[in-house]
Amino acid sequence: MSDVSLTVNGKRVSGSVEDRTLLVHFLREHLGLTGTHVGCDTSQCGACVVHVDGRAVKSCSMLAAQASGSTIVTIEGLANGAELHPVQAAFKEHHGLQCGFCTPGMIMAATDMIARHPQGLDEATVRAELDGNICRCTGYHNIVKAILSASQTMSKGAKGRAKQAA
Amino acid sequence: MGIEGVGARVARKEDKRFITGGGRYVDDMVVPGMKHAVFVRSPHAHAQIKKIDVKKAQAMPGVIGVLTGKELKADGIGNLICGWMIHSKDGSPMKMGAWSPLAVDKVRYVGDAVVIVVAETKGQARDAAEAVEITYKELKAVVDATKAIQAGAPQIHAESDNNLIFDWEIGDGKATDAAIKSAAHVTRMKIVNNRLVPNAMEPRAALGHYDKAEDHYTCWTTSQNPHVARLVMSAFYNVAPENKLRVIAPDVGGGFGSKIYIYPEEIVCLWASKKTGVPVKWVADRTESFLSDAHGRDHVSTVEMAFDKDNRITGLKVDTIANLGAYMSLFSSCVPTYLYATLLSGQYNIPAIHANVRTVYTNTAPVDAYRGAGRPEATYLLERTMETAARELGVSPAELRRRNFITSFPHQTPVIMNYDAGDYNASLDAAMKAADYAGFTRRKADAAKRGKLRGIGMSCYIEACGIAPSAAVGSLGAGVGLWESAEVRVNAVGTIEVLTGSHSHGQGHETTFAQVVNQRFGVPLDSVSIVHGDTDKVQMGMGTYGSRSGAVGLSALSKALDKVEAKAKKIAAHLLEADEGDIVIENGEVKVAGTDKSLPWFQVALAAYTAHNLPAGMEPGLKETAFYDPANFTFPAGCYISEVEIDPETGVTDIIQFVAADDFGNIINPMIVEGQVHGGIAQGIGQALLEGAHYDGSGQLLTASYMDYTMPRAGDLPSFKVSTSNTPCPSNPLGIKGCGEAGAIGSPPAIINAITDALGVPDIAMPASPSTVWSAIRAKKH
Repeated sequence: MSDVSLTVNGKRVSGSVEDRTLLVHFLREHLGLTGTHVGCDTSQCGACVVHVDGRAVKSCSMLAAQASGSTIVTIEGLANGAELHPVQAAFKEHHGLQCGFCTPGMIMAATDMIARHPQGLDEATVRAELDGNICRCTGYHNIVKAILSASQTMSKGAKGRAKQAA
Repeated sequence: MGIEGVGARVARKEDKRFITGGGRYVDDMVVPGMKHAVFVRSPHAHAQIKKIDVKKAQAMPGVIGVLTGKELKADGIGNLICGWMIHSKDGSPMKMGAWSPLAVDKVRYVGDAVVIVVAETKGQARDAAEAVEITYKELKAVVDATKAIQAGAPQIHAESDNNLIFDWEIGDGKATDAAIKSAAHVTRMKIVNNRLVPNAMEPRAALGHYDKAEDHYTCWTTSQNPHVARLVMSAFYNVAPENKLRVIAPDVGGGFGSKIYIYPEEIVCLWASKKTGVPVKWVADRTESFLSDAHGRDHVSTVEMAFDKDNRITGLKVDTIANLGAYMSLFSSCVPTYLYATLLSGQYNIPAIHANVRTVYTNTAPVDAYRGAGRPEATYLLERTMETAARELGVSPAELRRRNFITSFPHQTPVIMNYDAGDYNASLDAAMKAADYAGFTRRKADAAKRGKLRGIGMSCYIEACGIAPSAAVGSLGAGVGLWESAEVRVNAVGTIEVLTGSHSHGQGHETTFAQVVNQRFGVPLDSVSIVHGDTDKVQMGMGTYGSRSGAVGLSALSKALDKVEAKAKKIAAHLLEADEGDIVIENGEVKVAGTDKSLPWFQVALAAYTAHNLPAGMEPGLKETAFYDPANFTFPAGCYISEVEIDPETGVTDIIQFVAADDFGNIINPMIVEGQVHGGIAQGIGQALLEGAHYDGSGQLLTASYMDYTMPRAGDLPSFKVSTSNTPCPSNPLGIKGCGEAGAIGSPPAIINAITDALGVPDIAMPASPSTVWSAIRAKKH
């Protein structure tokens, strides 16, 4: 057994788990955070993407014990209270989801992608960067649209904040 | 159209829970005392079970039960069935072999379930599953349907000689032969439709809970049609009578057909829950899904298309062998027959058609409906043949199609279907314009300068949706009726709950069904709730598949709304002292036409429940139910055009543009309809370029993970240009045809026609992967 202690969505949590427990199973089964999904067993589909210390990580590719000490954000912790994160809002506005199963991983991956491209994104980059996330419903058309739109919204927001700071 | 009514591009009500992690899928369900199951599956494609020893497994830590097919049979659990009877042309019924939920004497495909292990944790169940000792005697396997029907092939079921399930025909063979004999030109092709794995992103799952005190079962399952699941589990599998069995399909993460069927696992989990005394949850791994979900397609056909001297089609003869896998899945028999051969007239006036279909057992996963179900196979066969014919006849593909289009309706085809409305020239024109078809020659020349091969291809598809008139399908062998139900409950404060037998697993019913209510009464979408997926809440329904929820499910809702509207008008007329015929309901108000007299909607609802002042003899309450049985199939149609550029050095195909021009009849929410088309096209492009389920000769599935089976990813696809030019469907109250499968039906031939155009070859196999394309280029050079 391994003792695991980490910060998830701003809360300190700890638990004792079988050594082989993956981070995704710790989140889902021990913490009840079932928004993070398991869609495959080869780390291909990306339905389980969460943020570990600010980086998008497939939570099926990491043991819970390895994540001990980390700060984790899951889909449940992305919104600011009742206010949706711009990526969440863009997925809704642009119909970037249908069955919703891949959606949490898509949104977490997209948020990270936008953060890594503060200069903005183009369609080819978004499509290339989505290589680790599979969606079977949308044909990606509206997911790409949503990410491009959120990227614009967030860069405007960032510029606005920069202006205020100046 | 109001801002939330029919035709409005409204963002989806259901999105909030999905984008915040609040979706509730089967794997998210937790029941007190719940334990975890793992299935031991056959590693062999074909073998006798000599011995099953569970002693070691039973002694493993955390193990609660290790159960076998013998015990299941002893408890009277029935075999799985195919619910659509097809008769061979000699009049004999289809040869259905027994499919036990847990194999007893023999296994017939890799993945056949043999033993269920229930343990405290999934890890412990997995460990114990590895300790189950099964002694097999391996038998020779056959995976190719064309080989399985040859003399001397391994015999998979005792019930079917040479693995032939049925040998069926439709149409007029003599007239078709005569047309071919007297033709000015005959185009002949061999057409292979590759086997696919549906791959909904949520793996199948089941949670069975037997409540001993109540003698009652609950099953949470990843189903597209929970009521059919309950009916079949009760009536055929002897799990429990319907009144003691509740089936819940909560949020379901995609289906595409694969979650229509009742599989062994949900039956076994329910039975195992009673046997072990604990709730039992099973969730498939992805590889388990690849092995055991029903696959799609897998047809091998020959086709002869006859033309007269004016390039008009005079006859079409088709011979198809369809692989149904190791067992007959629930609707497997209707897919290569009534969902396939009845669409072989396409958009064309064809006076004589004959199709012969043989279905065959092989040592592979069962094959059933996958998005499009029979119609993609028909469209691919026809549209590849039309393209080849145009090349052989030296006419443009568009011109050959136009010459043969059906232009007057209703049109009776020689293969059952009666097309009621359409405008095939309109969608062809729209697609050619959107694709700048006229500019292709210039673009091809530009590409050639860069050393690239450009091609353009079109596909004009038709499909039959709105499945289906119950009496008609009953006469063709269906074991169920295919109507739909709706109940509208107006609450005392005027908010509304709609209970529907349709099931949403991505289609957005919580929004579109509410839009139809909003259109009728002006009640805001937020005040309308859509309830589905629970047999305890919704009395009965047939579920969602075959693009039927708009055309059939919403028609039932429309009928129920008619009844509510009629009663509300009676109440309002009484309260406003007006004539019932003068009452109109608009924007949340109930008015007397031509006067300033009105009541807010909620007051009419309240009056129905206070019942202080109702018309004499009227029952209190405002709640109505309707069942809608379609009068005809509906016929969505359209034209898809793709333009590709191939790198001859690598064989990589780049899709430069993909255009879809569809006719879906009336549309409730264009945003959702476009989303359905996008997803369908992606699956169609997947079939054409990337996807293929491959078994080796011994029956091992070589493509059983996302490392081996190429799912379309964002970088494989372009953004799509989609549009609609609609003719309303005359047979249902809302004029809807359906849009769920069109993309998957229309797109594969458009892609392959473009690739063969670019390469200048007569045919190429799907998936046209880079190595396949590269080999075709090499073969042409040498």
